[in-house]
Amino acid sequence: MNPFSSETRLRDMIRAIRACKTAAEERAVVRKECATIRASVSDNDNDYKHRNLAKLMFIHMLGYPTHFGQMECLKLIAAPGFPDKRIGYLGLMLLLDERQEVLMLVTNSLKQDLNHSNQYIVGLALCALGNISSAEMARDLAPEVERLLLFRDPNIRKKAALCSIRIIKKVPDLAENFVNSAAALLKEKHHGVLLTGVQLCTDLCKVSTEALEYIRKRCTEGLVKVLKDVVNSPYVPEYDVSGIADPFLHIRLLRLLRVLGHGDADASDCMNDILAQVASKTESNKNAGNAILYECVETIMSIEDNSGLRVLAINILGRFLSNRDNNIRYVALNMLMRAITVDSQAVQRHRATILECVKDSDASIRKRALELVYLLVNENNVKILTKDLIDYLEISDQEFKEDLTAKICSIVEKFSPEKIWYIDQMLQVLSEAGNYVKDEVWHALIVVISNASNFHGYTVRLLYRAVQKSVDQEVLVRVAVWCIGEYGDMLVNSVGMLDIEEPITVTESDTVDVIETAIKHHTSDLTTRAMCLIALLKLSCRFPSCSERIQDIIVQNKGSLVLELQQRSIEFNSIIQKHQNIRSALCERMPVLDESAYSVRRAGSLPAAALSSQDSAVALPNGVAKPSATPLVDLLDLSSDDAPVPAPSQGNDFLHDLLGVDLSSGPSQAGTNQTQKSGTDALLDLLSIGTTPAPSSFPALEGLSLGQGTDTSVSALAGLASTSTTMHATQPSPSVGISPMVDLLNGFGPPEQIWEVNDAAYPSIVAFESNNLKMTCNFSKQPGNLQSTLLEANFINKSSDVYTDFIFQAAVPKFLQLHLDPASSNTLPASGDGSITQKLRVTNSQHGKKSLVMRIRIAYKLNNKDVLEQGQISNFPHECGPESTTFFNGDAVFAQMEEKQT
Amino acid sequence: MGIRFILMVNKQGQTRLAQYYEYLTIEQRRALEGEIVRKCLARNEQQCSFVEHRNYKIVYRRYASLFFLVGVDNEENELAILEFIHLLVETMDRHFGNVCELDIMFHLEKAHFMLEEMVMNGCIVETSKSNILGPIQLMDKAS
Repeated sequence: MNPFSSETRLRDMIRAIRACKTAAEERAVVRKECATIRASVSDNDNDYKHRNLAKLMFIHMLGYPTHFGQMECLKLIAAPGFPDKRIGYLGLMLLLDERQEVLMLVTNSLKQDLNHSNQYIVGLALCALGNISSAEMARDLAPEVERLLLFRDPNIRKKAALCSIRIIKKVPDLAENFVNSAAALLKEKHHGVLLTGVQLCTDLCKVSTEALEYIRKRCTEGLVKVLKDVVNSPYVPEYDVSGIADPFLHIRLLRLLRVLGHGDADASDCMNDILAQVASKTESNKNAGNAILYECVETIMSIEDNSGLRVLAINILGRFLSNRDNNIRYVALNMLMRAITVDSQAVQRHRATILECVKDSDASIRKRALELVYLLVNENNVKILTKDLIDYLEISDQEFKEDLTAKICSIVEKFSPEKIWYIDQMLQVLSEAGNYVKDEVWHALIVVISNASNFHGYTVRLLYRAVQKSVDQEVLVRVAVWCIGEYGDMLVNSVGMLDIEEPITVTESDTVDVIETAIKHHTSDLTTRAMCLIALLKLSCRFPSCSERIQDIIVQNKGSLVLELQQRSIEFNSIIQKHQNIRSALCERMPVLDESAYSVRRAGSLPAAALSSQDSAVALPNGVAKPSATPLVDLLDLSSDDAPVPAPSQGNDFLHDLLGVDLSSGPSQAGTNQTQKSGTDALLDLLSIGTTPAPSSFPALEGLSLGQGTDTSVSALAGLASTSTTMHATQPSPSVGISPMVDLLNGFGPPEQIWEVNDAAYPSIVAFESNNLKMTCNFSKQPGNLQSTLLEANFINKSSDVYTDFIFQAAVPKFLQLHLDPASSNTLPASGDGSITQKLRVTNSQHGKKSLVMRIRIAYKLNNKDVLEQGQISNFPHECGPESTTFFNGDAVFAQMEEKQT
Repeated sequence: MGIRFILMVNKQGQTRLAQYYEYLTIEQRRALEGEIVRKCLARNEQQCSFVEHRNYKIVYRRYASLFFLVGVDNEENELAILEFIHLLVETMDRHFGNVCELDIMFHLEKAHFMLEEMVMNGCIVETSKSNILGPIQLMDKAS
């Protein structure tokens, strides 16, 4: 016999499935079986409908799709016989759900069956309706169910009651129709009907306040009597559970009384006696009795105050808590959690026991207890409790550490009585479970440390000690590295020694050792290493004697495979090597971080605009900020608060922010579509990488700064990126050789618009020259677009002083359209030691008729004095358009621009 | 609604009966069952019978090789659910006579009928064993 024909019995199919050794085999068996069932369904094979459905139920339970069996269920339901209907309804409940449209089809069958003369069939229909009814079905069939609440057979009445619950939950408007009949059910003697009737009343009270009022007024006394009868009832074998008559009914009754007594003194009064009786008389040596006590305590806690009862309840809780049975202890903790809002003093009394539960071997109990402890903490006990929890952190299970750490951090942050205590506790947590601490927690810690100026020395010494012992705690290492970078000098000079401290002698080289260990440690990730590099840079300035060693460590990362580290390493090396004069300014201690601003941001109420700009910033793989680490960015981002918020794609602001330098203070140039990206490029320029001021003796083949800068940058770069320079040396065309280098060094520059290199090249010109400043221009045209000309302006400082707040503005006559890209920087180093480049695009709407002409204005600060230079450029190359005599009044345009700015 | 689902699982973690009182897709069910079973089966006898998982509380009890797991919401009385599990087992015992895993597997529909008489829409309907088994015995006699 074919084992997969529809003649296979259910039993055989199960055997076949159980015989499968792999999931793939099982899938194959199920697939074949499903195929035969499908075939049988389409053949309208009546003999096997029952069997097919039983098989489908099994297949469904295994987690395979069985939707094709749904129609089969409907057919069986429509069949006249009880056995067919029975399996049909079961299949319906298991295979279908109220979301499926097939349900629409079943409403009619249900209606017929609800009116069937066979009460068992009525029962089936009620059960199905109660389990799967949708809102529409509930509306359609509510009258039938209402009628059945009064049916003669109690087995139908109890099912109708539960069915009503489904209906009023789906359609709360219908609640009022059920109130009367529900209240009537409470007078029944049949346990099933009572149980479901009480449940129905409870749910009615939840969906409708009128129902609550009605039942409270009419039924409270009756319910108290019912409970009394159940409590005092003689032995009923059918409902007896370990000597208690129907604990389920007890519990349901207590629950309804809780709803009725809550917020109503009269009702509460009415049930006091019986609650006292239940609480004091119920046997507590069996589970059933404890279940009732548990429910009773909860009811006592919820109803209106009665101090006598409360004492009784709290005593029960105390007994539960010291019970040896873990189940009982678990529910005790659960209940204490609810009791804490009612009587927190009483709960506090059990603090020691609860704290013991935090250390239990059972994860469920630990979790409950920890949550309870969290609620128990207040200003008075925070120190003791935190100490206990932190002590336990040391020995707790690995999987529990995360929860525990989070809670401790939260407690410490919330109730910290003083800063030094907060710092102490946090450092302890970091030393024990640093790897479980969330980013925002240690970011907050850094903010607090930064603000606690009295404790800078203390903190850095504490961290220095801690980090020696726990090198594996990543977060501890990060905080230590940050603090040592900032306050390393305090560590060495023992500044701000507190009385409680033991004296410690740390040499400069010891301090560097710590960072070196951290950067080389195998567990350190990108963020930690990047933080190390920054700390090293700062230390190089604080400890001139170690400068060379630090440089060595930094250089070791030059070959890092991680672009971020490589880049940082090269930049910092360059700062140490070549830019002693600005290094101290770059490495200044960070200003105190704004605590309130950080907490606001942490709370997520940061203005959306600022957030998005920050988000886009972190999208770049920037050394110190992971994409998820926005708070860090906020934390370290100083400039965005006081400077005009830079436009998006400011990935590199971090760098200067991290260094505590604010370079981007220039006002953005309104009226010229220009976004300020100076922060980034300023640093680039400081490092003299990329574009160097070379008076373009080049035939300007490329017309781009990359090409132009090559000659001079090679020397600067030679020591930095030997691979690319050799490449460059062997390449005849500078544009090819330079690009990898530019990528390497300029990789963190703002995403630049790719300027297509034009075939037709134009000679570059000196567009403007004064005693202090020279501006050269390169030109190129986009192929196929003769109207527009791309200009690249290069500014060189001829004086011996640095120009800051450098702004270049240009104005053109109306037939021209001007678009200015952001300048590479707003700081122009002295004596031609760097340049600023800025790209412009000019579109000439009268190309061929009129020539380009432009008025320019350059403003900058020299020794903090404003300097303004103006000029007109009309010596554009001929190829850019025929010479024209058109002049225009650029001053007027500037005046307009200024108006707009103000 | 107190009870959200009832599962019977053998000690290898295979589901032997699953009844949900709220809608979950097949994928959600499989994932949920996998997670819960892994969590509960890993616990030892001394540990309490309650496990919190997602927004469910799982009350479970082991009978020989079979685990009975009941998912409830947070309001439910955990101890009462333990008592209910025991009642369910006693009821099946009375019908099958010392119920075992195979009885439930091969008489899946009977197990479901019993459950149907005991729980409806997540609420307990009947706690008397003879009332629960009455209709089932009646049907057995008829067929």
